[in-house]
Formats: sequence, structure tokens, C-alpha cells
Amino acid sequence: MRIPILKLHNYLLISIQTEIDDKTAIEFQEDLLDKIYTTGATGVVIDLTSVEIIDSFIAKVLGDVVAMSDLMGAKVVLTGIQPAVAMTLIELGIHLQNIPTALNLEQGLIKLHQELGE
Amino acid sequence: MKPQSSCVRIQKEWDIVGARHVARDMAKELGFGIVDQARIATAVSELARNIYLYAKSGQIIFEKIDTMESKGLSIIAIDSGPGIADIGQVMQDGYSTSGGLGAGLPGVKRLMDEFVIQSEMGKGTKITTKKLVR
Repeated sequence: MRIPILKLHNYLLISIQTEIDDKTAIEFQEDLLDKIYTTGATGVVIDLTSVEIIDSFIAKVLGDVVAMSDLMGAKVVLTGIQPAVAMTLIELGIHLQNIPTALNLEQGLIKLHQELGE
Repeated sequence: MKPQSSCVRIQKEWDIVGARHVARDMAKELGFGIVDQARIATAVSELARNIYLYAKSGQIIFEKIDTMESKGLSIIAIDSGPGIADIGQVMQDGYSTSGGLGAGLPGVKRLMDEFVIQSEMGKGTKITTKKLVR
């Protein structure tokens, strides 16, 4: 099961709607970097509203994909992290520092506009 | 009547997701709130991944606790893998031999109410954890 990546002008939008297993997470990482390369996207929003669990592995993959995209020249914002997921991540000891986040998709797009100075 | 216990074998990567589902379903049935459901499912995900990564196979046993005094979920992760040489070391935040975030076991301990780890080199590891409904 691959996670769909939508293109909107200079941005890529991803809404993760499925249960993420390790393989899906790694495939998504590769797919997103490929898509950034082929489309020349400058901004990416990954919406996690429907994600009920983020464990240490998924958190690592998400953190890595933000750093990797940044290296390629695309800014990533994570949006919609649920209260229960945020509490669990911090208790688990995962702080995802230096990763841009926003409350929801709309705020995420505003943040991208600001970061990219558009 | 719903089963009082359940056992999930961990042999392949997808079993981690399976264990997570069983954990969440049982937590929901027991009346845990949404945050505790996430804590339990995440803890089980970490335990299942440890089995898959380090021992290749093992099992996770879920048992409902339903007595006069307490109600909750007991989760036991057992494998017959290589065992853990230095338990003190794996319980330190940030320690990882797999290139992960090193949040695994100390994180699980924080997410759950009780946490006991027993391990013998060459024999395997058993981790017993509990979460009680408040």
C-alpha cells in the first residue's frame, strides 16, 4: 500500500490515511524524495490527522524525511498531530525538535508560504 | 463473551502492526481512554519491533486484568533471542544498537504503569508490563 502524493502548484500534499508499517514508511520516504526531484516542488505538507500511532521507528522516518527534503531544497511541514499522539511521543522521549509543525493543513500551508517567503 | 487473553506471534514485519491492533482493541474494550489506548498501542509497537529486530521471532501475550481491586491490561513480550548483555545500558535513553532513536525500552517503561525485564544471554528476554484503568 503506497501513500498518495498530490501536487498543487509548487507544493506536494500528503495525507496519511493508512496504518503505517515499517515498509510503507520507507517506501513513502523514497517516493516523496523522488517526487520532489521530478516536480521541483519547494514545499511539502504531510498531514497526520488520521494517524493514531507514531512509534519511535515511524518518528525516525518522518524526522529523516524532513531533513532529507531540506537537503534537496524543499521545506516540509508536519500537520495535524493528534493530542494523544503528541503526548505519547513526548513520553516516549521523542521530541522531533527542529521539525516545522502546524495545527492543521491550512496553518501548514500558511507556514510554508512564510518560510519560503512567497 | 470476549476472550480474556490473546497471543500474537511476531515473525514478520507486518506482525508489528497486527500486535498494535490487538493492543488497541483490547485497550478499548477495557475502557481505557483515547490517550491510554495510544500509549498502550505504541508500547506494544516498540516491544514487537524489538522482538522482530533482535530476536527474529517471539510472541506477545495480552491478558485482561479484571479483579475487585484493579482493571487493566497485562502485556508480556517473550522471545528466545540472544538476550540482553547489559540491561542497565538498554534502559538508558538514547542507547541504540540498531541506528534507531534509542527511545524503545525506557520509553515503554514511561508509557506503562509497571515494567519488569528479565533476560539471559543465549536464552532470551521476557518483558512484563501492565497498564491499569484509572
